[in-house]
Amino acid sequence: MEFCELTLAKAQKMLFDHQISSFELTSALLDRIEKYDDKIGAFITVDKDLALDQAKKADQNIADNKISALTGVPIALKDLLCTKGIKTTCASKILDNFIPQYDGTVVSKLKENGAVIIGKTNMDEFAMGSSTENSSYKITTNPWNKQYVPGGSSGGSAAAVAAGFCCAALGSDTGGSIRQPASHCGVVGLKPTYGRVSRFGLVSYASSLDQIGPITKNVKDTAILLNIISGNDKMDSTSARVDVPDFTLAFDQFEKGSLKGMTAGIPKEYLSVDGIDPEVEKVFIEAKKVLEDLGVQIKEISLPHTDYVVAAYYIIAPCEASSNLARFDGVRYGFREKSCEDIIDMYKKTKSAGFGPEVQRRIIIGTYALSAGYYDAYYGKASQVRTLIMEDFANAFKTCDFILSPVAPAPAFKIGENIDDPLAMYLTDIFTLSANMAGIPGISVPAGYSSKGLPIGIQMMANRFDEISLLRAGYGFEKTIQLDKKFPNL
Amino acid sequence: MKISMDEIGKMAHLARLEIDQVQKEKMAGQLSHILVYIDKLKDVDVEGGKPSSGVSFMNNVLREDKLKVSPGPLVTLANAPQRDEDFFIVPRVVK
Repeated sequence: MEFCELTLAKAQKMLFDHQISSFELTSALLDRIEKYDDKIGAFITVDKDLALDQAKKADQNIADNKISALTGVPIALKDLLCTKGIKTTCASKILDNFIPQYDGTVVSKLKENGAVIIGKTNMDEFAMGSSTENSSYKITTNPWNKQYVPGGSSGGSAAAVAAGFCCAALGSDTGGSIRQPASHCGVVGLKPTYGRVSRFGLVSYASSLDQIGPITKNVKDTAILLNIISGNDKMDSTSARVDVPDFTLAFDQFEKGSLKGMTAGIPKEYLSVDGIDPEVEKVFIEAKKVLEDLGVQIKEISLPHTDYVVAAYYIIAPCEASSNLARFDGVRYGFREKSCEDIIDMYKKTKSAGFGPEVQRRIIIGTYALSAGYYDAYYGKASQVRTLIMEDFANAFKTCDFILSPVAPAPAFKIGENIDDPLAMYLTDIFTLSANMAGIPGISVPAGYSSKGLPIGIQMMANRFDEISLLRAGYGFEKTIQLDKKFPNL
Repeated sequence: MKISMDEIGKMAHLARLEIDQVQKEKMAGQLSHILVYIDKLKDVDVEGGKPSSGVSFMNNVLREDKLKVSPGPLVTLANAPQRDEDFFIVPRVVK
């Protein structure tokens, strides 16, 4: 087996059994990045020396029998996770020279567990976008077909995993930014329950919606990473004080009882969403059949406020963004425009030169929706609708264990296709936004390919803190259809 | 609802953004398009409904008021675009 195809679990085993060294593995992946990342554009920063240094230390630890869960395993990080001493740009010019003085909690946890940080991945600027075309640095292409987008905003992380540049990656998901690129790139992505994973050291976009999660080659790897990154953190007051189960128990549950006794709900409102691609529908229907064969009982459910999710989200997220991004003012960190008349002029010139068009658009929408005279009609109303959306899900989970849906209405689109129509881009988020609005977990698992050979995933969403159900169903599904064996030809 | 170029100008000032005429025009078009779509929220009856600002399972999270060592100016000012010793430099604020 080639190094690039190694899953996290397989790499762990080979490293711990002394079949390979972390230095060999890390060097091989760095060579692969050097050879192919010109075409893929998955990374913003790769610090070769630092990665090899970490790998050597890991090898020493393995030799000394000081082994942690990820000792020597190369992992990529979305470039909005603060890494001490490694540039963290959020794919924005405004943070072009920003070097964090501390590690985010998830980064500390990975390091404590011995992971090798192989690089920082490309993304839509400040995680605003669904195609990774909004990066100020480069466009990331889909490893399955370089004419197409990898999805976004964690497009670099998803492409890096799909292209075999790392064993696994972390992304962040505010409205689908882990699940949708995972679907487009044929890998697994999980957005945990809001509060499951600490957001300390994640550059905020919309704080009430943001959540960090794994992007991996299979469901098992997702559980392994989730075990490591989950848990209450006193540095994040919104992190939940709940017990963290061993997520790999989901696989024992499947081995013992398949998916018997589980109920999946299919929202009737999802079936009438405009513009579902026939190939996505076909994959979805086949997936439903696979789950049924594994013992899942399928039933129709209702999420009555589905039609309002996109509208409510695109008020709430920009409102929070306009507030969060006010901190990038050219005073304490980041870029500053040099020639200015006074301080207001400095703020204006700095922000306008530093933020890209989509970020400026969302700041303006948020400022507008929060301004005097409009607050009640927009933010107030959207917050009330959000309550109704949450109630829809709470009701749905009284009668089913998880909700089954497509991830995106269509497979990846061509680069440049939607760039001038922001609303069209927003509407493609219809199936993923709800999980963020309701704070529930969601997983995207590869389920098939389009006629053009582009991957298509399915989504499962479960009740709060029930990631186990998603991992059990996802694992059973993946194991049955055996898609994870395929690999793109770079 | 449509948004005018004037309003875009006002919002840009509040958000401390500098937007030229061409961008203003483009943005007014795009934002109006988005806001017209968002107007569908008017159809939802939320009379007396509670707003949610997040997924709340939260009570106050308190931390012991313990003395900790400050990271100090070397760390705090490490990323400052312009500094002088232990201070950030900004354009003159007081006229």
